[in-house]
Amino acid sequence: MSDIESLEQIAKEVRRDILVMLNKSGSGHSGGSLSVTDILVALYFGKIMNYDPHNPEDEERDRLVLSKGHACPALYAVLSKAGYFERDLLWSLRKLGSPLQGHPDSKKLPGIDAATGSLGNGISQAVGMALAAKVLKKKYKVFCIVGDGEMDEGLVYEALNVAGHYKLSNLIVIVDNNGLQIDGKCSDVMNIYPLKDKFDAFNFKTFEIGGHNYKSLLDTLTTAKRNVLKPSAIIARTVKGMGVSFMANKVEYHGVAPSDDELKRALEELK
Amino acid sequence: MEMKATREAYGKALIEIGKNEKVVVLDADLSGSTKSADFKKVYPERFFNMGIAESSMVGTAAGMALSGLKPYASSFAVFVTGRAFEPIRQSICYQNLDVVLCGSHSGISVGEDGGSHQSVADIALMRSLPNMKVVVPCDYNEAFLAVKASLEIEGPLYIRTSRAKSPILTSIDDKFELGKAKILKEGSDTAIVACGMMSYIALEAAKLLEKEGISVAVVNSPSIKPLDEETIFTLSKNVSKIFTLEEHSVIGGLGGAVSEFLSENNPVAIHKIGLEDVFGESGTKDDLFCKYGFTKESVAERIKKKLG
Repeated sequence: MSDIESLEQIAKEVRRDILVMLNKSGSGHSGGSLSVTDILVALYFGKIMNYDPHNPEDEERDRLVLSKGHACPALYAVLSKAGYFERDLLWSLRKLGSPLQGHPDSKKLPGIDAATGSLGNGISQAVGMALAAKVLKKKYKVFCIVGDGEMDEGLVYEALNVAGHYKLSNLIVIVDNNGLQIDGKCSDVMNIYPLKDKFDAFNFKTFEIGGHNYKSLLDTLTTAKRNVLKPSAIIARTVKGMGVSFMANKVEYHGVAPSDDELKRALEELK
Repeated sequence: MEMKATREAYGKALIEIGKNEKVVVLDADLSGSTKSADFKKVYPERFFNMGIAESSMVGTAAGMALSGLKPYASSFAVFVTGRAFEPIRQSICYQNLDVVLCGSHSGISVGEDGGSHQSVADIALMRSLPNMKVVVPCDYNEAFLAVKASLEIEGPLYIRTSRAKSPILTSIDDKFELGKAKILKEGSDTAIVACGMMSYIALEAAKLLEKEGISVAVVNSPSIKPLDEETIFTLSKNVSKIFTLEEHSVIGGLGGAVSEFLSENNPVAIHKIGLEDVFGESGTKDDLFCKYGFTKESVAERIKKKLG
């Protein structure tokens, strides 16, 4: 199996775990978890991020801030696969007392670098982490995944401004550009385009890639990591609900968990 | 009496604690006013101007705290607590991060800038958030000691300072302790619990009342959250009415904190003196204090009336 094939296999298993978690919890965000899966798998299993699941507080580690916190089922599934915690814990998602909160909580679960959920706040924290690395003279990178719908929030642009101003070359922002948000198409609800021009204007080095193409993901992330002059932005075009035919590109599955029947059909597709 | 603004103490204390290399200071284009610019002069490499973007400043401070730094972020009280409320809630308080927020130019004593720049609800906003602690120093010395002490205080902390100079009534040799109030004056008929520069007004009002045969205890309560429950409780055992005095709305500030505590533990009558659910306006500090009832005479008058 080639490296890329093995990543695709991991992604399939992650998507299966996501769907089972969501089905068991009876609520949660299916569409965005499935669209961001390949980005997370590339980061954690494509030798992009430097991390140690046995030392999640390591000061030298690379950070991952999931600013679109509602897609946390994907992150939980990836973290468990990476060895941060037992897979069985996944099935407690959103249940009382579970460290797997409805949106990620850094105080409850190892591997969560920042608590997010209220949109726009994650990227601002990621900027703080990147700036801190400069003060502390540390070499870690900060990866931050924002949603395209999230780019309606003004705080995102304040954070981009800081990143450009302080030339935070250790910051890599990835947009999960699935084109949909709760009330419909991003272009209809609140047009955020052109994204590349915006990032360029904020003094980012911007890349546009297919967010389910592992070769593009790995090549671009590797290039972005080498960037020393500016922060990087990777606009990853993705499909909301990717991997499950009846969820793909369906805004109806933004915040809905699969029923038992839907889960069965979805797992059949992800064999 | 020596007069100095509490915001001056913020700048001076930052320089002192700046010896600790984990200390970083952020401001939102008001560093000359908040006095964080004092720190910048000594430690430019650990000072970060965030531009006029308070939410971004607070979110960035959260990320820095998550990375092992001790951030101090300042702006006018009305902006740092109001505009940045959401990142304070989601990023700082929710994660219980070691971040100190300093709101300068608090209350109406900021004066001429008017109601848009006067903070009447910042204590209420900050006090309502889980994990947040709230300190309102009464003078320069107390502010200096509080900022110095904040280096060792864990979790989020809000320190409220003022633009206007006010009399110094405490000693620089005192000790600042979170959750501790101090009795500035003993008294047997009634008591005033105050914070910020109102502690001085409370003392002066008590002196006026003393002349009319009314014995008033005055307590300076810089720590609004946590409140010094022991001192307030003991005080309430000795008098039948308690007055609170603050340069803030009567809703949710020091008066709110004292009321909430005593209503459950020793429900004596509490009269809250502050802004009566109104915004301020432009004017000199002194004119505003006259209009809104923050002079020693008007405070004494109100107390006399209520005591009957």
